[in-house]
Amino acid sequence: MKQEYADIVHRCFRCGWCKLPTNYVDFNCPAYLKYRFETFASGGRMWLIRAWLDGDIETSERLGQILFSCVTCKNCVEACALPKIKDSLVDIFIAAREDLVEKGAVPPAVRDYLKAMSISGNPYKKPRDERSDWAKGLDLPEFTDQEYLFYVGDVGSYDELGMKMAREVGKLLRDTGLSIGILGSAEVSDGNDVKTLGEAGLASHLMQENIRVLRERGVRKIITLSPHGYNAMKNDYPSLGGRFEVYHYTQVLGLMVNDRVPKGTLDVKVTFHDPCYLGRWNREYWGPRFLLGSVPGVRLVEMDRNMQNALCCGGGGGNFYTDILGTGADSASQVRAREALDTGADILAVACPICHKMLDDAVKAEGLEGAIRVMDVAGVVNLSRG
Amino acid sequence: MDRIYEKLAAIVGKEFISNAPEERYLYARDQGVQQASAPDYVVMPDSTEEVRQIVLLANEERIPVVPMGGALVLSGLTIPLRGGIVLDMKRMNRILEVNEASHYVVVEAGASHGMLQAYLKKHHPAVKHSVPDAPPVATVGGNMAIHGSGHLSQSEGGFHSEMVTGLEVVLGTGEVLKLGSCSTVPKWFSRAPLPDLAGLFLGWNGTTGVITKIGMKLFPSPKLKDVMMFMTEDIDSVTDILFRVIGTEMAEDIAFFVSPMPAYFDGFQLLMVSVVANSEKEMRMRKELIRDSVQSYLDDKEAGFLPLPPHMKVKLVEAPQKNLSEFADVMKGGGFEYVGAIMPVEAIPEAYRAGLKITEKYNITYSMGARVVGRGHSVMFYYAYPFNRADKENMGTVAKALEETNEAALEMGGIPWKTEVSGQQLILERMEPGTYHLMTQIRKLLDPNGIMNPGNWEVRS
Ligand SMILES: Cc1cc2nc3c(=O)[nH]c(=O)nc-3n(C[C@H](O)[C@H](O)[C@H](O)COP(=O)(O)OP(=O)(O)OC[C@H]3O[C@@H](n4cnc5c(N)ncnc54)[C@H](O)[C@@H]3O)c2cc1C
Ligand code: SF4
Ligand code: SF4
Repeated sequence: MKQEYADIVHRCFRCGWCKLPTNYVDFNCPAYLKYRFETFASGGRMWLIRAWLDGDIETSERLGQILFSCVTCKNCVEACALPKIKDSLVDIFIAAREDLVEKGAVPPAVRDYLKAMSISGNPYKKPRDERSDWAKGLDLPEFTDQEYLFYVGDVGSYDELGMKMAREVGKLLRDTGLSIGILGSAEVSDGNDVKTLGEAGLASHLMQENIRVLRERGVRKIITLSPHGYNAMKNDYPSLGGRFEVYHYTQVLGLMVNDRVPKGTLDVKVTFHDPCYLGRWNREYWGPRFLLGSVPGVRLVEMDRNMQNALCCGGGGGNFYTDILGTGADSASQVRAREALDTGADILAVACPICHKMLDDAVKAEGLEGAIRVMDVAGVVNLSRG
Repeated sequence: MDRIYEKLAAIVGKEFISNAPEERYLYARDQGVQQASAPDYVVMPDSTEEVRQIVLLANEERIPVVPMGGALVLSGLTIPLRGGIVLDMKRMNRILEVNEASHYVVVEAGASHGMLQAYLKKHHPAVKHSVPDAPPVATVGGNMAIHGSGHLSQSEGGFHSEMVTGLEVVLGTGEVLKLGSCSTVPKWFSRAPLPDLAGLFLGWNGTTGVITKIGMKLFPSPKLKDVMMFMTEDIDSVTDILFRVIGTEMAEDIAFFVSPMPAYFDGFQLLMVSVVANSEKEMRMRKELIRDSVQSYLDDKEAGFLPLPPHMKVKLVEAPQKNLSEFADVMKGGGFEYVGAIMPVEAIPEAYRAGLKITEKYNITYSMGARVVGRGHSVMFYYAYPFNRADKENMGTVAKALEETNEAALEMGGIPWKTEVSGQQLILERMEPGTYHLMTQIRKLLDPNGIMNPGNWEVRS
């Protein structure tokens, strides 16, 4: 572990502010919410990492479970009591995972994901040429010299719901009249979740490969489907030589769609789930809300935990692929589905393909299909267009 | 496989018990400087019935049971001194009833102060409860078990244990009892007029049983909040200033503090007076009366009110105060422990001087202060010493300073609160033998096999 992190792990007080959001409504660390042992909270994890570095506890399966159950949602960063260490918390957790990856001591699900990423370049072990399937029939041009590249990433390319979301967003971008192109099967994984799962080498390789392709195509401005890709491209790529203007689709459409796309009226109550990689990681809270607000008749209602206090869907930090948090009444996604229902909303709007799938599954697991519907923000706009 | 483990797993479910090295490591220690001691099992019950079954089993097998809430007491009271079961109560965190008309709430013992506060704010904004300045994950049960105090302790009746209207407890024998009005009628409004048994579980550090439910007083929640900061250089005037401010009956919370950091505060005594009101007019009047009460100090230019910038006020009106937790990073080492001595108000100047002497002797930094408990009926005077967790020697020095502070507090006529085992010994040495005898007899009755948090409130043989 980097010395700068090893030097501060002992500074965590284990005071537990990080278990709650800043308005205290309920436990907001998904790993702690699910497991409830002190060891799974941010403070417990800090103390265990220190004990492990000092040789007071050994590498074990349980330690792997504890370290990899963190969904890197940054609630702890938001709520931690100690200003001098808070910003490093998640970096430290990822660094500890890197150490476990180096030792080859990771949970089987993590190993399988990393193996799939290194062999197939995607977590679904699917052929590369299927990457473009989502765009079939959409009439989106391949990127040549358009103003923007629309980048969809792994989930948008291969997951059924992700593909549906990519189509909704693609359609809206197209109809807004933006000059966009796509890479289709030439897309490379953005590397964000490989990085958070602690395989720094593979992440860097994927990122560099992606940068190479983007540069070769002459891409300058990128609109991403996923906040995860957005995060990597915005925050990690520059230090690897990839300097692009990067936007999440809600940021671009939030400002533009209003006057460019005619919309009908929807008589619905909508609550919005902030994705961690857009919200707490990148401080974008308003783009998706502007976009939803642009639809006549949409009444936006907030959950008790919103914006910087949002509860993660449980899919961050690679958990979407590894499922270390698992399901059950205390899983973040199911708690979030119930919280959304409590607002009285008809639609739970999302802005991330991972949140989309996690929350859609959770609504089903909770038996709430008839009561609330999960839709991505672009899907809501498209619904109003008939 | 371990037989006890299997039995406990059958009670709470396999996912809520652990004897793994990771949990044993973490639950063996708290944030203070006390020695670690590992539990054999960490168990997380979800209901009174599960607690009952766990305690029954522990009683049968003579295994210690240590109840744990937020584990924020800092003085090692949740460290299982003789191993056994740590009973992490935080799954039992339901808010069961709010009675606005009779101003009480019933919660499970593992409910956190933070979550209760958020719940009341949303669903019952007209009422509130007294919030300790502990981090918001501190539990109501843990705080009651040690006679906590909080931001309404001055204005609304003293220690939190004095705000208890009823309890449900599981004795060391596994028996489940209700105490207070809830024992006789279905409501939890009062301990009177029945013989008062709740005290058998308040201040006992979990040595008489497990508290599973608590009825607690609520108070009106005025909409406006403000804070005044009064500063003086004369420690000997603090008792009189407090007397005057308390006498106005216009303040919600009154706390006094000194700190060598930041440097421009060194040598000054600061008095923080929180004021709440229902209208701007009322707020102005309250603040004016408080100001009037200390006017002679202002006239003599011996003291004055500090103008507070809005961003500072926003922080200071909050309960709990996050900056108290920030104190843990003063030595860049993630820790502090404090002696909180319950003292007569007039002991403040002496207490302050004793603290300075001790910190000088051990060459450690500090924060000292006091919260008024009751309308000037006592203060909780704290001596907080930060340390660097990575520096064992520094932790040892702080441990010695804490011990000496405990002794000094007792010499001054105060009593260390929620004190570690060594502090408890100092108290028991001075306690009337008859009182201690009664304590041991009561424990024998409630916990005949001595399984409840053993090592606490016991004279060392
Ligand atoms: C920064 C900071 C500020 C603080 N400020 C305050 C303050 O203003 N006021 C205040 O009162 N305290 C304060 N404290 C001290 C302490 O954190 C609190 O009193 C806290 O409420 C204790 O609750 P807990 O749930 O953490 O208890 P724990 O530490 O878990 O337990 C405390 C004791 O109670 C016993 N116990 C716990 N739960 C039960 C139960 N259900 N049944 C029986 N016994 C039980 C335990 O065995 C232990 O002996 C502060 C602490 C910190 C770190
Ligand atoms: S991470 Fe921050 S808030 Fe959490 S326990 Fe550590 S110091 Fe406290
Ligand atoms: S990043 Fe999220 S899941 Fe991980 S420790 Fe922090 S709050 Fe918990």
